Amino acid sequence: METIVVIDNVKKFFNVTKGLFKKHLYQIRAVDGVSFEIKRGETFGLVGESGSGKTTVARLVMRLTDPTENTIFFKGKDIFKAKGKELKDIRRRMSMVFQDPAASLNPRATILDSIKRPLEIYGYKKSEIKAIVEDTIEKVALGKELLNRYPHQLSGGQQQRASIARALVLKPEFMVLDEPTSALDVSVQAQILNILLEIQERYNLTYLFITHNLSVVRYVSDRIGVMYLGKIVEIAQVDEIYSSPLHPYTAGLLSSAPSLSPRGRSRKKLLLSGDPPSLINPPPGCRLYPRCPYAEKICREEIPELREVKTDHFVACHRAGELDFSGIVRW
Amino acid sequence: MEDALLSVKNLSVVFKTTSGTVQAVDDVSFDVKEGEIFALVGESGCGKSTTAMSIMRLVPKNCTITGGQIIFRGKDLVKLKEKEMSSVRGKEIGMIFQNPLDSLNPVYPVGIQVSEAVLLDRVPRDEAWKKVVEIFKDVKIPDPAERVRSYPHELSGGMRQRVMIAMMLSRNPKLLIADEPTTALDVTIQAQILEIIKDLKDTFGTSILVITHDFGIVAELADRVAVMYAGKIVEIGSVLQIFEKPRHPYTQLLMEALPKITKKQGRLKTIPGSVPNLYELPAGCSFHPRCPKSMEICSKIAPQLKKAGEGHFFLCHREG
Repeated sequence: METIVVIDNVKKFFNVTKGLFKKHLYQIRAVDGVSFEIKRGETFGLVGESGSGKTTVARLVMRLTDPTENTIFFKGKDIFKAKGKELKDIRRRMSMVFQDPAASLNPRATILDSIKRPLEIYGYKKSEIKAIVEDTIEKVALGKELLNRYPHQLSGGQQQRASIARALVLKPEFMVLDEPTSALDVSVQAQILNILLEIQERYNLTYLFITHNLSVVRYVSDRIGVMYLGKIVEIAQVDEIYSSPLHPYTAGLLSSAPSLSPRGRSRKKLLLSGDPPSLINPPPGCRLYPRCPYAEKICREEIPELREVKTDHFVACHRAGELDFSGIVRW
Repeated sequence: MEDALLSVKNLSVVFKTTSGTVQAVDDVSFDVKEGEIFALVGESGCGKSTTAMSIMRLVPKNCTITGGQIIFRGKDLVKLKEKEMSSVRGKEIGMIFQNPLDSLNPVYPVGIQVSEAVLLDRVPRDEAWKKVVEIFKDVKIPDPAERVRSYPHELSGGMRQRVMIAMMLSRNPKLLIADEPTTALDVTIQAQILEIIKDLKDTFGTSILVITHDFGIVAELADRVAVMYAGKIVEIGSVLQIFEKPRHPYTQLLMEALPKITKKQGRLKTIPGSVPNLYELPAGCSFHPRCPKSMEICSKIAPQLKKAGEGHFFLCHREG
């Protein structure tokens, strides 16, 4: 399968400054050396808790922010070196859907204006625009009668369909979905997830799906990357990661997530103690060691590298392979 | 059978707004028994939080309780004078909210704030301070003697929620109302807080009313559950009855529309449409426009609660 996105050891640090002369206070290492590839037609799920850097990765992939070090390739091209026509061509092939549909649609533009705007920017003719918009809203099951309304007149689910339609009109190859259902009611969530899966099949779309919801990411993803404090700690196929996680953080995350079965309540859990440490002064060595029940001396001293422990299963843990989570993880 | 500690009977609550009157809670009845965890679950606008706020009588000015009773240990809270009610709040019924940062004063150390609650019981200051450190230990705050001096902004979300639980616990209430207690927290922290809430029930025998939109939390925590939709309880029963033998079409559909963490599944079932606008509620059963099993009668006459099993009721014209 063709690799469509390559994220190559990318880093993004934010400098926190103070006062008129921007006195440098400290640096936040939001994304600290992240590498993974996304193949054509797959959904790569990126999971992590708040502050793990998953949204910063999304913004980097969309070139909404520049990396501090290293780069990202889209279909072989360095997206941060592209200029002019080349950049415009890359931009039309990737699009993004955000968490809060009300905030990502212009409140003063009608739904139609928002959906057709990308087409106007790329110089489509009026007659073409009408046909494309009508075709697109049908694919996302958005009623035609809603086109002349304003965002506040729509429900959350309808707003998110409109955002998906806008992301889809230019027929992109790759979409970044940043928590697309987190702001929606549970009875509406399944509608949106199914629409995303349907349009993916129809247009052979490639997705980077970002979420903190471990049930949603299991439903949509082919492969999953788990982030913790700016680093990827584990990457594997979805069933592999849920049935045999190798990183203690992944195991802790999976066993912490409530399941929909009251009988599963008494399961054995791996509860990670404490809170994630601050990104300003991350612990040396493995970033999980202050919370990890399996930490040894080496974990405090050396940063573990992401290595392939089983075929296509990458883990950044010194003790990967020797730890057994089978009694803890239920699946 | 255990006695009901709290008994909400036919509660109706109305909001008056510039665009009209809204019935946020419509004829809601349920009991919270001694020592149980009862969950009110539903989507946005279903009336779960308004129900909780009505029990505490903390509803905004444009909101009135138009009918029903809230019987707590023999008293009808709806009829109490404001002064009597304020001695119930905190002392007899404690509450924690979704965002602890909104509930804490940013300019005082958290220990001082918790000690204010302890001092209400007229204990000497140094004793109160000792008790605060003790309670911080109970809710598993590390270095309690140090943490009492921290300001809210110096603590993480999980720690702040522990402080709120400590404050509530210091008055030793019979009933705790937890309104979306972990919604603002990450999953690993959520799991820690849920453990503390379970401990409260086991160690102190506190009865707990949990308000949430998350069916995962209900499955994890609750003994009994009421599912709310558009201001009404549409199904009520034990946690196993609700999750394993749901009878109301809304509950049944939700169980199939929620992605499961335990397995990779085929396409999810979807519920058409969205949560109704309370200003223009459909006639008859509020769920009928979205219901695949709706019949002619559903759009005309509101259904009555039907018995499905021991303590299990659902609001539907169909047999389920």
